[in-house]
Amino acid sequence: MPTDFLGRVMVVFQRYGMSMLQGAGVSLKIAIVGTIVGCLIGFAVGLVQTIPMEEKDSLAKKIVLRVFKFILNVYVEFFRGTPMMAQAMFIYFGLFPLMGINPTMTQAAYFILSINTGAYMAETVRGGILSVDPGQTEGAKAIGMTHVQTMIYVILPQALRNIMPQIGNNLIINIKDSCVLSVIGVAELLYKTKAAAGALYMNFETYTITMIMYFIMTFACSRLLRWVENRMDGADNYDLATTDTLAHTSGMYSYGDKTKKKEEE
Amino acid sequence: MASEHVLEISHLSKSFGKHVVLRDIDFTVNTGDVTCIIGASGSGKSTLLRCVNMLETPTTGEILYHGNDITSPGVNVPAYRSKVGMVFQSFNLFNNMTVLENCIVGQTKVLKKNKEEAKKNAMKYLEKVGMAPYINAKPRQISGGQKQRVAIARALAMEPEVLLFDEPTSALDPQMVGEVLAVMRTLAKEGITMIIVTHEMAFARDVSSHVVFMADGVIEEQGKPEEIFGNPQKAKTQEFLSRFIQG
Repeated sequence: MPTDFLGRVMVVFQRYGMSMLQGAGVSLKIAIVGTIVGCLIGFAVGLVQTIPMEEKDSLAKKIVLRVFKFILNVYVEFFRGTPMMAQAMFIYFGLFPLMGINPTMTQAAYFILSINTGAYMAETVRGGILSVDPGQTEGAKAIGMTHVQTMIYVILPQALRNIMPQIGNNLIINIKDSCVLSVIGVAELLYKTKAAAGALYMNFETYTITMIMYFIMTFACSRLLRWVENRMDGADNYDLATTDTLAHTSGMYSYGDKTKKKEEE
Repeated sequence: MASEHVLEISHLSKSFGKHVVLRDIDFTVNTGDVTCIIGASGSGKSTLLRCVNMLETPTTGEILYHGNDITSPGVNVPAYRSKVGMVFQSFNLFNNMTVLENCIVGQTKVLKKNKEEAKKNAMKYLEKVGMAPYINAKPRQISGGQKQRVAIARALAMEPEVLLFDEPTSALDPQMVGEVLAVMRTLAKEGITMIIVTHEMAFARDVSSHVVFMADGVIEEQGKPEEIFGNPQKAKTQEFLSRFIQG
């Protein structure tokens, strides 16, 4: 065994590196699936929670909407308000056997992380929708769009752009927090790390590798999402749709010149 | 039911909680009318216009569109709105779309036109307002006057029966006001039915066929522009217009 720190790190990596990389792959996979499915859940819940209730709506619609909103509120509050580790134990060892479901560990991990992320994303999406200028809704309504059309074509694209940083946040949190799923035996990075550290009695060296692996994953994801954000913003400039080259310098304003003097009276 | 009127507003009232904003409003709009609603800020002009488009639900009263009361429950409000266009003070262009897409989306999604036809139609109206070269721009990249002209094109592209303007020039500088009013004058000449809430008195006098003067939530006086501007009967109208007439 080498006496210097770096040498020992290399030894750990040679023996357990592959296994830890596999674990990192599992962590990343769970985090990505959990974030994507969580976002979908979040959008669904956030959408229902922002359905406007009007006075002229029928009583049945009001009651159904109230009940739905209440159930979704319970979901959001419950999953935000309890630790994910406890939820994992509760669901995997309690709820699933009770309901007679027998998923694989990875499936269970996807499920738990998804509904957990969904609870957080629901609030984020709600905030994203509320952050879009109410004038956008009025503009859409004024050309005859229904609530659903307004949401799909006008509000959600803008809300999505506004909450992209928060989605990135969630992805990074999920990459790291997927480690609590090791309590139900999911073989992700931290699980593999514990195994390696325990076998060699070299905690410092093993966890050094683990930290580096987590950091590479989160940093790569945050850069990737920043790039996606820039893509969503589109180009800073635009092409004038004209062949008149003078237009590029004149600002193309000639319309209404003749009547302008009259208006200023 | 009289159906020669496009819009007939009768006994319309609106209150927000205990605060009464509109009281017993009556007026009618016929095809080709240009109705200007004038009055001091806070007199309820904008609320009235928003009620006409059902962006605010009237507390009592009726809004008859070709004889059908659109305030009654069960009326397809979006379908009604697609026939009554609206232009806002703050433009309200869709920020996530280009100028062209702004003018297309309503046609394809609401009127279910195919994309080619919608694009051709959108180009026709964008050319009319002088914004055709800017079809690829996003709303944040163009000036206020340009935004408002696009907003007018967007409303026109739906080929509505009535166009509502809610202080379309209040957020603009004098030159941009000129651009937008020029477009609106053209529309008036073409015989498009319009209801315009405005503070541009010269414009109201020259363009409208009917003027409604509002004060404190009621219609104080209404009539032909020559009557209202030339010989106002009520004290409040005289006072409101005094500065304009002297100038």
